[in-house]
Amino acid sequence: MATERELKKRITSIKNISQVTNALAAVSASKANRAQRQVEATRAYAGKAFEILHNLASQPGVGSTGHPLLTVREEIKNVAVILITGNRGLAGAYNSNMVTYTEKFIRAFNKPTQVIAVGRKGRDLMIRRGYNVVASFDNIPDAPSILNVTPISQLVTDDYLNGKVDQVFVAYTDFINLISRRPIVKQLLPLKPFDYGKMAASEYVAHVDLSGVSERVYSYEPGPADLLDVVVPRFTDLQVYQSVLEAQASEHSARYVAMNNATDNAAELIEILTLERNKARQSSITSEILDIVGGAAALSN
Amino acid sequence: MAFRCDIVTQERTVFNGEVKSVSLPGSEGRMGILPNHSPLLTTLGFGEVIVRDAAGGEQYFAIGGGFAEVQPDHLIVLADSAEQAEEIDIERAEQARARAEQAMKEGVAKEDPDKYAQIQASLLRAQVRLDVGRKHSGRQRREMATGFSQPRDEDRS
Repeated sequence: MATERELKKRITSIKNISQVTNALAAVSASKANRAQRQVEATRAYAGKAFEILHNLASQPGVGSTGHPLLTVREEIKNVAVILITGNRGLAGAYNSNMVTYTEKFIRAFNKPTQVIAVGRKGRDLMIRRGYNVVASFDNIPDAPSILNVTPISQLVTDDYLNGKVDQVFVAYTDFINLISRRPIVKQLLPLKPFDYGKMAASEYVAHVDLSGVSERVYSYEPGPADLLDVVVPRFTDLQVYQSVLEAQASEHSARYVAMNNATDNAAELIEILTLERNKARQSSITSEILDIVGGAAALSN
Repeated sequence: MAFRCDIVTQERTVFNGEVKSVSLPGSEGRMGILPNHSPLLTTLGFGEVIVRDAAGGEQYFAIGGGFAEVQPDHLIVLADSAEQAEEIDIERAEQARARAEQAMKEGVAKEDPDKYAQIQASLLRAQVRLDVGRKHSGRQRREMATGFSQPRDEDRS
């Protein structure tokens, strides 16, 4: 049995750790909150841009000429998946859940797949499992600006336009609330303005009332096709931005839960060890008393 | 007679409110929007947006490209970047312009047309911010004169 001193030492160190995990939980909760607020702030732009996109895409002469980013290709030879994970661990099963889910998706889709890894954890796990990781972005800061993520959408748009890939997906963890989140894979390119349930970050355009939007008459400056050239890439950028923010909110919330659990476990451990320490102290006192009593008895004899 | 005006970017809402008229840098030329304008979709250039509210007050914004939708009772500007004149940090804008000019001069970008366009755009953006900022913000200028300009969040981190 451990001595009282040893137990005391362990209790102190566990107390220190639980202070750290407790602080990390608080920080993560507020970071998750901030990421969530940041993605909510994109709603105004997303809704309106989507409405305009819808109108433009249904204009005669625009839909039929087919904007390359809106045209579904007949033969899908190669696909790309943007996998968004975190750079750091200590977030419970957040990273591995995302990777496992993406792996399942890639296997089910069963086409040659290029992985664009956003976040070190996902990159390392995918490389270890033998996937073709063609690009890695591991320097996305917390609370990113849109300029931090546009290189990602630029890369996949270029690959899509020059035919390297025929379909682009984005895999990220959808934030539901502080204690729940779920990994999802959504289509990024080609953009499907008439089938928005399958789009990435579709919840930010779900509030848009699309009835009558396609019949609305505008004058277009310069022309509907030119406008579409401006709107579509911006919308794609925005979807990637929203996905990254959702993923960050999820990562922080997962870390919050993990750290909360760790703090709870530490409290439990401290309770058990305190009990043991008291027992150890009591037994040492008892044996000391026995010694004294025994000594006294020997003397009086 | 007033109409609603929103100026939003991908990241945030920069302005919303009831206004009397708005002047915009359309890609085909400057345009003034009054209530009951016919529906219009237009792309935007780099320049200044002037918003006049019902009380006769004016607000100024520097915007860098994007597009806008005009409805008889509603105008929404979806800008790539938008800043209110008072928010513009002239010192930072100056630095940004100097950087872009330097990159232009070095000429490395010319071999890569995309990069070249990007640098050109950032040069334009910086120029517009400077113009709008200088024209309208006395407060900012005083801060500069006394050398007490607050660092912005992103500089601090």
